[in-house]
Amino acid sequence: MQRWKAFVPLLAFVALAVLLWRGLYLDPKELPSMLIDKPMPAFALTTVEGKEVSNADLPDGMFLLNVWGSYCLPCLVEHPTFMRLAEEGEIPVVGVNYRDRKDLALRWLDDNGDPFAFSILDESGRFGIDLGVYGAPETYLVDANGVIRYRHVSVLDENVWREEFLPAIAELQAEGSE
Amino acid sequence: MIPELGSFSLILALCLSVILGTLPLVGAQTKNLLWMNLARPLAAGVFVFTGIALAILAYAFVVDDFSVQFVAQHSNSLLPTRYKLTAVWGGHEGSFLVWTFMLTAWTLAVGVYSKSMPLSFVSRVLGVLGLLTAAYILFMLGTSNPFDRVIPLPPADGADLNSALQDIGFIVHPPTLYMGYVGFSVVFAFAIAALLSGRLDAAWARWSRPWANVAWAILTIGIALGSWWAYYELGWGGWWAWDPVENPPLITWLFGTALVHSLAVTEKRGVFKSWTVLLAILAFAGSLLGTFITRSGLLTSVHAFASDPTRGVFILAILGFFIGGALLLYALRAPLMKSDVGFGLLSREIFLLANNVILVVAAASIFLGTLFPMVYQALTDDLISIGPPYFNAIFVPLMIILVVFLGVGPLSRWKRTSQAYLVQQLSKVAVASVVLGVVIPLLIMLQISIAATVAVMLASWIVLSIGKDVANRTANKSDRLSGLRGLTYSYYGMQLAHFGIAVMLIGVALTSYFAMEKSVLLAPGQSTELGEYSFTLNGSSDIRGPNFVGDRAEIVVLNNGEPVATLYPERRVYLASGTPSTEMAIDAGFLRDLFITLGEQKESGSWSMTLYIKPFVRWIWLGAIFMAFGGTLAAADKRYRRLRQRRSVSAEQQQSVTAGTQVTPVS
Repeated sequence: MQRWKAFVPLLAFVALAVLLWRGLYLDPKELPSMLIDKPMPAFALTTVEGKEVSNADLPDGMFLLNVWGSYCLPCLVEHPTFMRLAEEGEIPVVGVNYRDRKDLALRWLDDNGDPFAFSILDESGRFGIDLGVYGAPETYLVDANGVIRYRHVSVLDENVWREEFLPAIAELQAEGSE
Repeated sequence: MIPELGSFSLILALCLSVILGTLPLVGAQTKNLLWMNLARPLAAGVFVFTGIALAILAYAFVVDDFSVQFVAQHSNSLLPTRYKLTAVWGGHEGSFLVWTFMLTAWTLAVGVYSKSMPLSFVSRVLGVLGLLTAAYILFMLGTSNPFDRVIPLPPADGADLNSALQDIGFIVHPPTLYMGYVGFSVVFAFAIAALLSGRLDAAWARWSRPWANVAWAILTIGIALGSWWAYYELGWGGWWAWDPVENPPLITWLFGTALVHSLAVTEKRGVFKSWTVLLAILAFAGSLLGTFITRSGLLTSVHAFASDPTRGVFILAILGFFIGGALLLYALRAPLMKSDVGFGLLSREIFLLANNVILVVAAASIFLGTLFPMVYQALTDDLISIGPPYFNAIFVPLMIILVVFLGVGPLSRWKRTSQAYLVQQLSKVAVASVVLGVVIPLLIMLQISIAATVAVMLASWIVLSIGKDVANRTANKSDRLSGLRGLTYSYYGMQLAHFGIAVMLIGVALTSYFAMEKSVLLAPGQSTELGEYSFTLNGSSDIRGPNFVGDRAEIVVLNNGEPVATLYPERRVYLASGTPSTEMAIDAGFLRDLFITLGEQKESGSWSMTLYIKPFVRWIWLGAIFMAFGGTLAAADKRYRRLRQRRSVSAEQQQSVTAGTQVTPVS
């Protein structure tokens, strides 16, 4: 074997290690800054029930956009929070059914309850890519002008709701009343 | 006080492992017999103290010591005792302790079962394992001590174990997986010892082979258990999801499979030496990477029970030191390795090389697919995600080619095989496989599907070529039975493992293409049909478990009016965390599984539920059992044992004569 060839695995490993190291400092919980304070990407898709929806169908005021899937175990954990928000009418929640199968999604809603105003069916994950979704569950706070203002990756339980979303919402409301 | 003893015990284990990781290695280099002889007793010491730490953690769980943070986070006073014990590996800190304990157990095993090897070699192997243990314990004490207290105000009760983990599958899956993972550290240590000593010969391959086979067999079972657990616990009836946390074990397994084959060539023929060493390093790298991915929060997924970036940096440092160091050593030493024999273009060597290349390409593709989203983000700041279609598109064709070679490999001969011979041997096998591939799916499923036909064809190809090979090998004996007795364990091991692939292949293909499912809403007394079965809901009742409440439905399954099973799917809510959970009910069978997941009860009193029929799904895990049994059988081959007895006598005589010191056997 030639000498230099024996070094190939080492060099490949060093390159990989550098990437991994850099990867550690990427926070998957941070949206790339370009999407925060930008309008929600345009979409023309159907709901999981098959109704056509586009940006025009989004709620008028502030709302939450929750990325979920029937395969997603953590989504079950945060589900009671969304059920409560929907029941108490605190804020409308729009679902994005991400990379799922329509029948499984419908069944999941049927089994666990449906807190969503509607759920956008994103089977291909295309809309998720536009949105910069890392994986389900993720939740975005969108303001009355349809601009994304806040992003939370992973489970949104009552604690996260109290400690992250309520302050963010209060801030937006203060902004609006000025 | 007692948890502090746990920390203390870990610190003692750390001290001992640091000595184990230095003196014997230096001793082997400077031929200091006293230092080399320290290796075995030190390995025993590290094992004992790590074991004490583990026992103390388990004790803290059993007595509900919620002043220990790890216990408070992962247990609850209502949790049944068996789950309290398994909660030890229900979170990051504890599972790392279990992992480390297993490493020390393997180290001790090497110390005990290494009498046939030269002392300098054993010292190096144990030394490398000692360094690894030291790194793990340091990591634990530094970033994730399972004995940390909640001071000053311990909670009154614990937060409870994740409900998906309160289950028999979770009791056995992680320890088995860790055991297999850690087994590859041993093979890695052998490779490093060989590189350090400059003795990369057939003897090294013979010493490592049984260890590699056993580690591989355990990892096979570990992955299969994980798949089984996901199948019946996570609730969507899938047995593999290409989840970022499922992939590293598979990557390790693929490298390990390549390694097991490559070691065979190195032992028998003395070729592929540097390649084999590289595979040993890669398999170990796969196992470390698995830890890195789960523990760093680099990839978030269902499995990520614990994540913390500072831990990631630490594990990356361990990864850098061991893998970087190993590859550097490899780069310096590999050019010195020469193969003394050649082989022809059609030979068993070539088929095994093809096996290696395919397995490594498969492992590398899965690795890329798993890490690509992260790498892409690191380079461009954009986010993408890669799903099962990518993995299936790459993995399935590669495995088809692999299985074709698998039929040819064992029948071909070392050094050179003539084309005419292979054609003569395999033409009938090929024709028969095609016929069976068309006929069997038709008979069983009464349907035609290209995927099932291909799968049955490939499975027949494997089974028939095994049959052909066994027939060849027993043909010249006076009678078949004595011929069969004459074959070695390692030969049976190989064929059994290959047979396991055929079994698994059938399971995977038939489940994927002929599964049926149906979502229904049933009122008590109502029934529905799926396939040849009818399902009737008898009613539902309230249940109350030790730490949950819920509903249980009773469903009677009939086949042509004959009762088949009564199934009781449940829906639970865990009290401590308020988490809902579905417990599906399964009627398992050799040819099919029936299973039911329970949805919500509607106001009318009827239940929504999903019914599934999964044909041949058990065969997936049955295949894994065959493979693991084959690997174990091969490791138990007589030639390793014989060698051990013969060498142990001479080795010990030699040691005690030259050393003039007391040799302390660990056994």
